[in-house]
Amino acid sequence: MSVAICVETLTKKYKDVIAVNDISFTVKQGHCFGLLGPNGAGKTTTIEIMEGIIAATSGSVTYVKGENQNKEVDSSISQQIGIQFQHTALQDFLTVKETLKLFSSFYQHTLAQDKIIELCDLSDFLNRDNRLLSGGQRQRLLLALALINDPEIIFLDEPTTGLDPHARRNFWQLIKNIKAQNKTIILTTHYMDEAEQLCDDIVIMDQGKIIESGTPHQLLSKHFSDVYIYLPEQQVPVELVKENQWSVQSGRVAITSSNVEKTLAMLMENKISLAGLHVKSANLDDLFLHLTGHSLRE
Amino acid sequence: MNIKRFFAVFKARNIEFFRDKSSLGWNLFFPVLLLVGFSFIFSGDGRSAYKVGIVDVTATSQINDEKTPFNNIRFIDYIHYDNADIAKSKLSRHTIDLVIEPATRLYWVNEESAKSYLVEKIFSSQLNGYNRLQTSGKKIRYVDWVLPGILGMNMMFSCLFGVGYVIVRYRKNAVLKRLKATPLSAFEFVSAQLLSRLFIVMFMSIVVYSGCNLLFDFFMLGSYFDLIVIGMLGAFCLISLGLLVASRSKSEELIGGLLNLTSWPMMMLSGVWFSLEGAPPALKSFADFLPLTHLVAGARKIITEGATLSDISFHITSLIVMSIIFLSLGAYFFSWNTER
Repeated sequence: MSVAICVETLTKKYKDVIAVNDISFTVKQGHCFGLLGPNGAGKTTTIEIMEGIIAATSGSVTYVKGENQNKEVDSSISQQIGIQFQHTALQDFLTVKETLKLFSSFYQHTLAQDKIIELCDLSDFLNRDNRLLSGGQRQRLLLALALINDPEIIFLDEPTTGLDPHARRNFWQLIKNIKAQNKTIILTTHYMDEAEQLCDDIVIMDQGKIIESGTPHQLLSKHFSDVYIYLPEQQVPVELVKENQWSVQSGRVAITSSNVEKTLAMLMENKISLAGLHVKSANLDDLFLHLTGHSLRE
Repeated sequence: MNIKRFFAVFKARNIEFFRDKSSLGWNLFFPVLLLVGFSFIFSGDGRSAYKVGIVDVTATSQINDEKTPFNNIRFIDYIHYDNADIAKSKLSRHTIDLVIEPATRLYWVNEESAKSYLVEKIFSSQLNGYNRLQTSGKKIRYVDWVLPGILGMNMMFSCLFGVGYVIVRYRKNAVLKRLKATPLSAFEFVSAQLLSRLFIVMFMSIVVYSGCNLLFDFFMLGSYFDLIVIGMLGAFCLISLGLLVASRSKSEELIGGLLNLTSWPMMMLSGVWFSLEGAPPALKSFADFLPLTHLVAGARKIITEGATLSDISFHITSLIVMSIIFLSLGAYFFSWNTER
């Protein structure tokens, strides 16, 4: 898989604060690349430098393909990339259709309006005033604006923050559809389920630095070999809990195991009912907690 | 400059303005209400002091001239003229309230002015033995005199707040940041905002003038074309000032204060409500640095004196020079999303 963007020794300082501290990574063509980290980790600053919106204090961002091939990023990249910001308002009193038309006029090459309406599922509220859109509708419109110039590379900065679970899942499906078109997506999020669903590669940031990178599967395999098995407390004899030093949490016995088959066989030998059994692997939230000692959503 | 991008932003801003019914209503009805109010409720002048012109070809500008018996009445401004025609012309345009020529024992009143009537009554004993005359020519009512001021003031608020406040709001809620992420240039964006507001302001002013003209049948000696030219130059200059004030800030509170700081001196000192005739020279000089002064004075000369564009070239030049300065500084300081 070829490289689309190369970020080298990037640093951004604001007066006394170092928002991004000497980070390097590459984004592969056609991949969904996730920048993960808690609020204030430096994710938004990093992607805004990659978008050419703000300038780096030092280091470089290079687009390997396209018209800006092997040139350092500047504002001229805007014709070739799509951006969905974390916080942005739209012009009041314009309808969704008029907003699409306005943004279409900014680019030399654009997707047909019908196609973008279908891709982002906008047809039900096309003539609605921007001020009257729900959170999910608004995010779909912002995604449509990011896609309007048919970009090869799309930046999505916390696109599902504030959405309800149903709207989030709908939005994930839209992103999967875009990914299926071999577009490169750079996504920041602090929702680990979102990263696990969408990202091929991830970089975890904290306090401006990269603390880990790789595929989600690689990182979890590297740091966790155990799985967690939960059973209702009343089904497990107290002597067995004490003997194996299992813990009891919220009415459930929590069993940490490096070999699921062996543990389940042992439970069945002791004639313990497996009704209500729950098996859970470590997720990226656990990984972040493991790496930093604090949760991703703090 | 990409015309397609420029026109798209121009159109979007116009749609935004015309669909905002509360703002549109305010822009339409505020000047009408003021004109109606001043015409019918106060039925005359809004000035706080009376101004009397003393014609004396031999006199100096000394106000407390021993030869005149009129200096013992307080709260009256005495303005000396060495030419009776100039003084009478100012009386007919409501710039002053009474003209007295002690040498010929004549005085003139403006029958259309309530203040002229009152000053004549105040001076009744001093004017005993003087011959009473009226200003000649077509009568100018106070509403004719105040019309350019009210329209100019409305244009000023629309230009300053309609551009300055909107840009700061766009910057604060990241509309500007989103636009910056497109190929739209700052020049295209700013030009579209400027011309959109110019179109809106001229459209609204023409609608208000035409509508009120049906009601008041305004006095008009000059050319409507000249009036539109000075109106456009004035609006352009005020929009440029709005752009400069809003060039960097993200704070709506700060911009509100700055725009008030900019607009209030103009409202008080640019001849909107009362003439600066007889005001201290320093105040007059200060007023000359305010764009609204030149817009109102130019428009008033066209309306009440039939002046041509060459007659008001000083006002036109002043507006053009100020526009260039404001636009240059605004372009230099303009930022999409940072605070100074």
